[in-house]
Amino acid sequence: MGTLTIALMDPPYETETTTTALRIVDSALRKGHSVNVFAYEGAVNLTMAEQAPHANPVKGTSVEEEAHPTTKDWIAALFRSAQGRLSWVNCGLCVDERGAGKWIEGPVRGSPKEFAEWVKSSDATLVIPTN
Amino acid sequence: MGQYLLIETHDPFTAADGGGTFGLGRRLAEEHDVVIFMLQNAVLATRKASSAAAALTPLRGRATLLADEFSLRERGIRDDELAEGVRRASIDELVDLVVRDGRKAIWH
Repeated sequence: MGTLTIALMDPPYETETTTTALRIVDSALRKGHSVNVFAYEGAVNLTMAEQAPHANPVKGTSVEEEAHPTTKDWIAALFRSAQGRLSWVNCGLCVDERGAGKWIEGPVRGSPKEFAEWVKSSDATLVIPTN
Repeated sequence: MGQYLLIETHDPFTAADGGGTFGLGRRLAEEHDVVIFMLQNAVLATRKASSAAAALTPLRGRATLLADEFSLRERGIRDDELAEGVRRASIDELVDLVVRDGRKAIWH
């Protein structure tokens, strides 16, 4: 099995790229690979612990009926299924700029230095830029 | 011979740079093994009814053209609507191309 490193930059709820990136992480984990994610810029908001689903006042549906997904729940689920094979670093400077320091269990604070080290030690690297 | 994976995510009509990936793929395919994987709105270019599909014609037989099955399903695009040479592929296949095969991946 190999190790895949991914650099992510998109913030939550903005583009389809977030969904695609998490699908790639899920697939790689299911195949038995280890995955490193370096969350840069707006991607540090993906794991914010206080994200909350909401009702839809236009349709008149409740929170439960909407079943609104949050990125922090998706990523928490990936951590559960990874069984120690998912590492996630949130860029510290990006976190400070955005006041995004309160996150779910799993991610750690880091810097581009960690990303560079991961690139060197991984079998493959995928850089997913913003649009 | 190098192995390349070009990942295109943009709708061909949203930005003028969308065709750049296909042009790059065409030039790389002259000397290298190239896979172009279309994801998200890029799969709109894989419909034979779209004028954007013409950009794929020079790549036919020279590069492997894959369209993400999830993106196709989200947009209601059926296999019989795909341009010649384009094949439906799963995200698992993309992971294999990157991790197992070690292709040089460029995301746009």
